This record gives sequence, structure tokens and C-alpha cells, in this order.
Amino acid sequence: MIHDLWLVPAFPLLGAAILMISAGRLPSRAVALVGVVPVAVSAIVSAIIGIGFMAAPPSGHAFTEILWRWIAIGGFRPAVGLYLDPLSLVMMLVVTIVGFLILLYSTEFMAGDEGYSRFFAYMNLFVSAMLVLLLASNLLFLYVGWEGVGLCSYLLIGFWYQDAANGLAARKAFIVTRIGDTGLMIGLFVLFTHLGTLDIQPLLHRAASVWPHGSAIASLATALLLIGALGKSAQIPLQTWLPDAMAGPTPVSALIHAATMVTAGVYLIARMHGLYMLAPAIQMTVAAIGAATLFVAAFAALNQHDIKRILAYSTVSQIGYMFLALGVGAWTAAIFHFMAHAFFKALLFLAAGAITMRLEHHEHDIFRMGGLAKKLPVAFWSFLIGSASLAALPLVTAGFYSKEMILSETWAHGGAVPILWAAGLVTAFVTALYIFRAVFIVFFGEAKTPIVGRYGIRIVLPLAVLSVLAVIGGFVETPNGLGGVTIFSRFMGSVFGPAPLAAGATETALLVFASLVSLSGVGLAWLLYMRPAPRFAAWTQTPSVVAWRAFFLSGWGFDVVYDRLVVRPFLYVVRINRHDAIDDVYTGIAEASRGLHRLLKLTQTGRIRWYAGWLAAGSILTIAVAVIR
Amino acid sequence: MTTIPLDHVLILPVLLFALGVIGVLVRRNLVFILMSIEIMLNAAGLMFIIAGARWGQPDGQVMFLLVLTLAAAEVSVGLALIIRIRHRLTTLDSDAADLLQG
Amino acid sequence: MNATFYLSAAIAVLSTVLVITRANGVHALLYLVVSLLAVALVFFTLGAPFAAALEVIVYAGAIMVLFVFVVMMMNLGDAAAVREARWMEPKIWVGPSILAILLTAQLAYMLDSNTMSQPHHAIVPARAVGIAMYGPYLLCVELASMLLLAALVGAYRLAHTEHGRL
Repeated sequence: MIHDLWLVPAFPLLGAAILMISAGRLPSRAVALVGVVPVAVSAIVSAIIGIGFMAAPPSGHAFTEILWRWIAIGGFRPAVGLYLDPLSLVMMLVVTIVGFLILLYSTEFMAGDEGYSRFFAYMNLFVSAMLVLLLASNLLFLYVGWEGVGLCSYLLIGFWYQDAANGLAARKAFIVTRIGDTGLMIGLFVLFTHLGTLDIQPLLHRAASVWPHGSAIASLATALLLIGALGKSAQIPLQTWLPDAMAGPTPVSALIHAATMVTAGVYLIARMHGLYMLAPAIQMTVAAIGAATLFVAAFAALNQHDIKRILAYSTVSQIGYMFLALGVGAWTAAIFHFMAHAFFKALLFLAAGAITMRLEHHEHDIFRMGGLAKKLPVAFWSFLIGSASLAALPLVTAGFYSKEMILSETWAHGGAVPILWAAGLVTAFVTALYIFRAVFIVFFGEAKTPIVGRYGIRIVLPLAVLSVLAVIGGFVETPNGLGGVTIFSRFMGSVFGPAPLAAGATETALLVFASLVSLSGVGLAWLLYMRPAPRFAAWTQTPSVVAWRAFFLSGWGFDVVYDRLVVRPFLYVVRINRHDAIDDVYTGIAEASRGLHRLLKLTQTGRIRWYAGWLAAGSILTIAVAVIR
Repeated sequence: MTTIPLDHVLILPVLLFALGVIGVLVRRNLVFILMSIEIMLNAAGLMFIIAGARWGQPDGQVMFLLVLTLAAAEVSVGLALIIRIRHRLTTLDSDAADLLQG
Repeated sequence: MNATFYLSAAIAVLSTVLVITRANGVHALLYLVVSLLAVALVFFTLGAPFAAALEVIVYAGAIMVLFVFVVMMMNLGDAAAVREARWMEPKIWVGPSILAILLTAQLAYMLDSNTMSQPHHAIVPARAVGIAMYGPYLLCVELASMLLLAALVGAYRLAHTEHGRL
């Protein structure tokens, strides 16, 4: 079965191809079928492969299959090959299963949209590109998936393209991630010129044997790869595209945030972790960027009033946790958090979509919602479970176990790490605060917007399955104090080496402390938004607080700064160069020849006497040359 | 046979040729232009004769005969063209036939 | 003989000048005939009697007659002569004259600088010309005949119209 691995990305690609070729002529039932079944089959195939892999792991806990040689130019022979190890297996399972649930949800959510067929074509292509990215055995093939993901995100964010704002958001996402992609591409060039191969496993082995620990070239290569990862995973300083990416349909946001796209950067660093271990300075940068991002994004999330933008900033923040984990070498924790995050973030987005689709005018502003707990129980419970998991409520949520793992390993990492750990801890508090702020405002209080319509099974089922996963997904890896299950880290051991030993009593103390922190965040949210004290309301209206809230609302003003520093100077240069200074040279040549043409045209008088005169003059000149010589 | 200096003999075709050039350039009437061309051709033939006489060879006269033939052909075609142009433009002004200007 | 040459050369140049300055077409043609006859005399003094005869017969006879026919057919009257005179305003002579003077000066300079020996003029009889023509120059004669044929056809076609009239 494992030799049928190629089917996993092939099925969604086939689905996308069918939908594209049919060009919207299929009836919507057929579109739904062609849109969902390929990903479902992919998920089933992945599950069978996964079970087979765990029951009887291939030698070396990795499976490589070269499908064909792409091109052969001298020593450059990039393979179109697949590589399956526990890392890519986990990612693949999450992408296909979560992707399937999101697509199933979309069949009802997107019903009646005129771009129904187009939507599923893009979504299938998206999943396929992400699977190529995950399974590629070769960095060049990985790059194909990487760019495919970027393309699909552009198409889907700008899905409702009739609205110019959506097109702008899509363009922003594409351009900002493109900055990262350029870094990644240069990184690939550096790797190839120095190591002579782009096949990931040989490349990692060669790098480890050729480059000394902390060598400059390893730092350069990893820094360039990091730029690519920052762009795709929306980390500081390239995080600005993600909140605007909310312009797309909600299932798209779910797919981008949970399964595909933003986790590509995490996967890239995890996949190339051998290189990062050679460049400790860059690895430290990864941790620092992660810590900064999670902190910044959490405060931005705290002040949003669009429900999807809250979730967008929370994604940026949670990916920041993954980067923090990667930076401190807690590879397994990063992937574990990726998995948990995929479940609860998909759940949150789908629940948010379930809320907005039932509200009149698809209301997104949380302050115009309220009192929905009784009216939309399905959405309420799923959103609550997702929020609990995001806030890392102790014991019962997947988010708790993954976040604990990151925090404890960050603590165990030592050195200058208490700052990073503190950032993670403070953010855990803010995370609980902002998500339960949303919960309390949206679901309690008095109703402000009328409710329309009802849910079908295709909405409820994905929410239910994801709710279950968001709870039990964490039980594959628990701290020592809570049963000490290590299924996940043992499974990942063949990729990342043995998990670090936990510190016993300290760990338990940290665990309790962190649990109290997230609980107190929920408590504070309850105090502030369920029992609003007049003094708090007054405080939020004081000028300095209003200014800070506007600052946080704008995502710490990154957009404004980029607008001033990059966009406007660029537009200024473009405006100066509107007539293309370089082109002027060529226009000048054309203009000069045209001028000469006009000059020569004057000689064509059509009068033979003049022609004869010129002839005579020319002859005289020729004879003069002969005479003078 | 004669003792005329060669320089004096040679200056005659040069003068005739130059006069022909002036005629072509000055006159606007196509018939006069054709006449001027005849003058120039005749000057060229004269040069051949002088050269043949200088070396006492018949080749110069043969070439003169060829020039003569050429002149005859040229005049017949040229005059036919003049008749045609006169018919078309109702004038013999060469400056009026400037349809080919750029 | 020398006197004959100089006299006929002077007549040739003078009558040519008159050709290019006359406003009346028939007058100019008559001066051209005079010029050609003078050149024929020069040929004779240079010992080319056959060429001199051809000059008189073909040039002054046949070709000039052709010109006369055409000029007569054009019916260029006094009005045409007046117009010709108006076209020949003084300043139009400047440019061509400069060109002609330059040309003459150049050729004269080249003639002056040559180092050829003095002439040994000898009469080249028609017999020698005929032998040369139908000997080594046979191909040229054929070419000339082709040229004449082409000119004949061309002239006929050009002067002919679809309606049989001009």
C-alpha cells in the first residue's frame, strides 16, 4: 500500500482537473461529489498508509520513492520523488482529514454561490499542492508545491473578485509571500551550489559532514530558508497578509490556517532541522521571531471586532508558538502543536462560518452579535470547544498538551530562554483572554441580529468530528505528571531524535503554573465582558487607551509602516519612472531613425533633375577622391 | 599625321560633357533633357575615338559604334516615354512628374 | 589639319552652348545638328573617317530627325518657347554651372597630370573597324542588335495605346 503513496496528492489534483476542464458546466451535486470524494479517498489512502507505516515501519522509518527524473543537466538531476517519514505522515494525515472535513462543510456553506465549481477546483488544487509540498523528497519538487500553495491562496482569497477589496487582499497575500518565496529560492541556489544536490536526505547528510557547527554558509542558507518560511507562515515581519486574507470565504480561511499554507513554513524548518542545528544563531532567531510574533499578534487579536480577524491574529500567534518551539529545538512539540492547532483552528473557523452564515447579512462584527448560545447551540458548543483548546484549558483540550510541551521545553532549553518562556506564558494568558472575550460577547448578552436558515448534516458533522479531535488529539502525548503518554514523541523519534528528558518536579510546577495562567485569562475575560464594571468601560474610553486600542487594532501599525517605508516610495519611483527611463533609450533610437527617415525623405522630391544633380555631385566627389589620392 | 597635342584634343569631350551636365540640370523640358543626354553620350563616344586614334587601334571606333547604338535605342524609348508623359500630364515639365516623391 | 580641328572644336562647343540655352526647341535641335557635324569633323581630323561618316548619318541624320518629328508632333509653339524662357531664370544656372566647372577642373587636372607620350595619329580605316567588329567584338555586335530590338519593341509598346491613339 505504501507504494501507492503517489495517489494521495494525485486524487485532489485529478478532482481539480476535472472541475477545471468542465468549466462550471457540471450540476452542483456533481461538483460537490467531484470536489469532496478525491480528498476523501486521499484521506482514506493516507490513513491506510499511516496504519501500515505504524504497524510495520519501513527500514529506517522512512520510505522514498522516485517517480521519475524531472530533468538531467549534467550533475543536476532533480527527482520527482516522494518521501514519507513520521513527520510527513502526520502532516499528510492532518491535511487530508482536516481538508476533507472542510470540503464537506463547504458543500453546504458555499451552496448557491455562482463560483461553486471554481471554488472546489481551487480547493482541490490547494490540497494537492500542499500534499506535494509535504511529500516531496526533493527541495525543487517541494518548491513546486510551495508555489502552488501560494497560487491557490491568491485565487481563493480573491475568490469573490467582483469586490475590488478582495482582489487587493489577494494581491497583498501574493506579493508579501512572494518576498519570502524569493528568499527560499535563493536559499535553494545556495544549497545547491555548495552541496550539489537538492534531494533532502542526502543534502542533510552532506551538510552535516561538510559544514562545521555554526559555519557562516549554513547560517546564510538557513536564514534564506527562514525568510521563505516567514512569508508563508505569516511571522514578523511578513505577517501582514494573513489578517487581510480573511477576504476569502470562511472555509478557505479554515484551510489556509489549519491545514495548508501557513504551516508550510513550520514544516520546512522542521524538515530541514538538521541544517538549523548547524546554525544555532539562526535557530535562536527563529525562536525570537516566534516569541515576538506570538506576543504581538495576541495583543492585536485582543482588540479586533471582526470575528474572523480575531481568529486570523490568533493563527499568527499560534504559528508563533510553533516557531518558538522550532527555535528552541523542540521539533516534536512544534509538530504536535501544529496538529492540535489544525484541529481547533479548523473547528473555530468552521464554527465562525456557521455563525455568520446564519446571521442576517453575514454579520462579522462580534459587537453586533450576542446571545447566540441558545439560538445556535451547535455553533456555540463547537466554538466553545475550539476556544477552550486554543486557550489551553487544562486536562481536557488538545491545545493544553501541545502548548505545555512547548512551554516546558522552552523552559528546559535554558540560557536566555526565560524571556522566550515568559513571552509564551504571557501570551497564553492573553490568548485565553481574547478568545473568551469573543466567546462571551458573541454568545451571551442580548441578541442584536436576527437569525435565518438552519444547519444541514454537512455542517454539523465536520464540526462534531473536529470537536472530538480538538479534545482527544492531545492525549497522544501527555506530560509526566499526567500519565506520561509518549506515543507522539516516540513516533517522531526517528525523525527528530529522542525527546529530551523532562525535569520532574520543575515540570509539574510549570504545568500547574501555566494551567493557572490560562484559567485566570478566562476568568478575567468573564469578569470584564460578562460582568462589565462601569469603571472598566470608562477606562477603555480614556484617550490613551483608545489610542493603544487603535494601535493594536491595526496590528501594531505594521501596515502603516510598510506603506510609508516600502509601498509609497516604490509607487513614487514608479510614478517618476512612468515613462520608463530605460525604455527611453530604445524609443530614442526609434525616434532618431524616424527623424533621419524624415530627413532622407526630403531628398525624395520626385524631381529627376534633382536626382541627376545628386548623381553628378556624387560622381564629382568620387572623382575628387581619385584625384586627390 | 597631325601634331595636335593630346591635351588639346582631350579637353573637347570634357567640355562637351560638362555642357551636357549643365543642360540636364538646368532644363525642365523633357525634350531638352533628352538632347543634353545625347550631348553627353556623344562626348563619351568622342573620348573613345580619341583613345582609339591615340593608339591607332580600331577598338575605339567599335566602342563608338556601340555608344551610337545605345544612343539610338535610348532616344527611341525616351521619346516614346516623352510622348506618353505629355499625353498623361499634358505638359513636358519634368518637375510635374514628381508622383514618386517620398 | 590643326586649324580644321581647332575651328571645328570651337564650333562644337559654341553650338552646344547654344543648344542648352535656346528656348525654342527647333532652334536648339538645329544647333545640336551643327554641333554633331562639327564633332564629325573632329573625328575626321583624328583619323576616324568611318566614325565620322556614322556620326553624320546616324546621329545628325536619323536620331535628330526623330527628335524633329517628336518636337513637331508636340506642336511646341511660341507659348512653349516663352514658358521655356521663363523657366531659365538666371539663378537656376548657378548650381549646375558650379558642378560642371568642378567636373571640368577635375578632368583637366587629370589630363594635365598624365604622362602619355605625344600622339602618333594614324588613320584607322573602315576595313580595320569592320574586321575588329566581326572578329573579337562579335558578341558586342549581337548585344547591340538585341538592345536595338528591345528598344524597338519598347518604343512601340510605349507609344501605343489601347484605343490606338495617344
